[in-house]
Amino acid sequence: MNKQIDWKKYLVTLLITVFIFITAFSFSNNLNNKRIVDVKRIQDSIATDILSSETQFSLLSELSCKEFGNSTLSNELNTLAERIQNSANSLGNKNEEVQFLKKYYSLLEIKDYLLMRRISERCGEKFMFALYFYDDEENCPDCNKTGYTLTYLRNKYPQLRVYSFDKNSDVSAVKTLLSIFKVKAPFPVIALGDQVVISGYKEKEELEEILKKTYPKETKKILDELAKKESIEKNASSTKEKK
Amino acid sequence: MDKISLLGHIVVFFSLYFEIFFLITYLSKDKKIDSTFEFTPPVSILIPCFNEEKSVVATIHSILALDYPKEKIQIIVIDDGSTDNTYSEVVQHFQNKSSIEIYRKENGGKYTALNFGLTKAKHEFIGSLDADSFVDEKSLKFIMEKFLDPEVMATIPSTIIHNPKNMLQKAQRAEYTFGTFIRYILSSLDAIYVTPGPFSFFRKEVFEKIGIYKHAHNTEDMEMAMRLQKNNMRIAHAEKAIIYTIGPNTIKKLYKQRVRWASGFMGNLNDYKSMFFQKKHGNLSMLVLPFITLATCSVIFFSFVTLFRLIKNIHDTIQRISIVGFSFKDINFFDWIYFNGGSLSILSIFLLLYAILALSIGNKLLHGKTKFDLEFFYMIALYPLMYPFWIIKAGYNVLLSKKAPWR
Repeated sequence: MNKQIDWKKYLVTLLITVFIFITAFSFSNNLNNKRIVDVKRIQDSIATDILSSETQFSLLSELSCKEFGNSTLSNELNTLAERIQNSANSLGNKNEEVQFLKKYYSLLEIKDYLLMRRISERCGEKFMFALYFYDDEENCPDCNKTGYTLTYLRNKYPQLRVYSFDKNSDVSAVKTLLSIFKVKAPFPVIALGDQVVISGYKEKEELEEILKKTYPKETKKILDELAKKESIEKNASSTKEKK
Repeated sequence: MDKISLLGHIVVFFSLYFEIFFLITYLSKDKKIDSTFEFTPPVSILIPCFNEEKSVVATIHSILALDYPKEKIQIIVIDDGSTDNTYSEVVQHFQNKSSIEIYRKENGGKYTALNFGLTKAKHEFIGSLDADSFVDEKSLKFIMEKFLDPEVMATIPSTIIHNPKNMLQKAQRAEYTFGTFIRYILSSLDAIYVTPGPFSFFRKEVFEKIGIYKHAHNTEDMEMAMRLQKNNMRIAHAEKAIIYTIGPNTIKKLYKQRVRWASGFMGNLNDYKSMFFQKKHGNLSMLVLPFITLATCSVIFFSFVTLFRLIKNIHDTIQRISIVGFSFKDINFFDWIYFNGGSLSILSIFLLLYAILALSIGNKLLHGKTKFDLEFFYMIALYPLMYPFWIIKAGYNVLLSKKAPWR
């Protein structure tokens, strides 16, 4: 028996496969572009919000602290960070658009940080600030854990504003921050307030203690409120039980 | 695009190519079948058994119930040194049947039992049937019909899972239905590379020309098919000839069976590597063998990648929960399965749709109507979890030349 090979079929299959591949790639590109447009839209909206707050701040000499107390900018920044991470997952970290989004994000973080500091000064020591500098996973195996610790602290102390920066960022403003706080290895590095710079990994409890020392009034106020809330809840439940 | 993603795209490209090739083959194939059942030559059927006391009697009864001239069937039962009551069960039920010859030999492996049977076979067409399988009454006529073509040297049937009870067996039934489609296409491409134990038939001259069964890493059925292909002998597929086989009902038994199959598969591929990319061996050599090799290697590679990612995800989640506390909103399922709208995810959907189509076609070939079984979902839920383990274990066996038990 002579075995026949139908080369025409091989070629037709190749053409169809390439066609499907190109279709899938263009579909995926469209999807990613939409995602990037979405992220850019949020970034622009945050930038406008910050600009508006700054302008308001400059215009009013006596500013009502209440107006800024309810700022949701940090939450929006967190959502933005997640979306950028999603884009990075599908497009890769080295993608130009992703790099651009990350740079823009860092700048927005710094602007938010500066504005919040000014508001904080004007309205009394209301916010606590943590600048978190991280490195690649290879160079900083504990950075992930520190990220979680900061999430824990932010959940416990809502007034704590955490700003994360990639140590390797080529945004000059980030480089300036690195030099202002004299950030050096070992990473992670956390700058609390103006003075305290912590290098290397710290356990959750240890970091919380440092935060308490750096911001004694703010943390005490929050902890007192928490204790008050807890005792009210306890009383309520014991009254319920008695009934 | 990182290196792993690039590799993923390459594998998906070839998978898609392979599948489209199959689909074009299916669409261009002449599907007209005229069953005349005029060809009913005398046949010898070998039944090798090893510890099959529970099923062997039913297996033989199913042969006796075949819609085929009884005087033209010689049944040869070869007990390969069973340690249970296989032999006495067969003797008790069939010793008075003149068409059944019962032999007992020292345990030597399935291929030795088959070779022993070959020495007793009297007829021009010889088939074998595993003692855990049963034949449909029309199956032999469908098989013999294929031999009307003088170029056909062997014919394989369609195999389906008998009376699936649990999820695992139902998943296997979907897999076997899918397999029917694959056999059908491979036969059109002259690229069948396994003549399975359940009811494959050969012309006697095959054994005279290319020799008897070999050990072949305990998968003598694949080796025999490869040898036929190497000698450019045609293997046909009688899609309507249905054989029922009992699927393993536990993960452990299935794992053992598949490790044996996969080890044999890899061992035989290695033994016949000279057949790769040889124009004279046709589509099997130019397309099928290279693709299945690529598919096997990629399963091993991507299993490790997935396992590594899974361990990392679990580790990160535990770390996060221990520090931040548990929160439902942090469990992002889509992150876990890496569905991110990327090209790879979209192409995977193509592959999945293709699998659904192949299953429907498999049903049409077997039962005459296009039908989609919900058992498909058992298959896609269970197989990706189990497949990597037996492929990796088989790869390990082949590398260390470890022997897997024959059943």
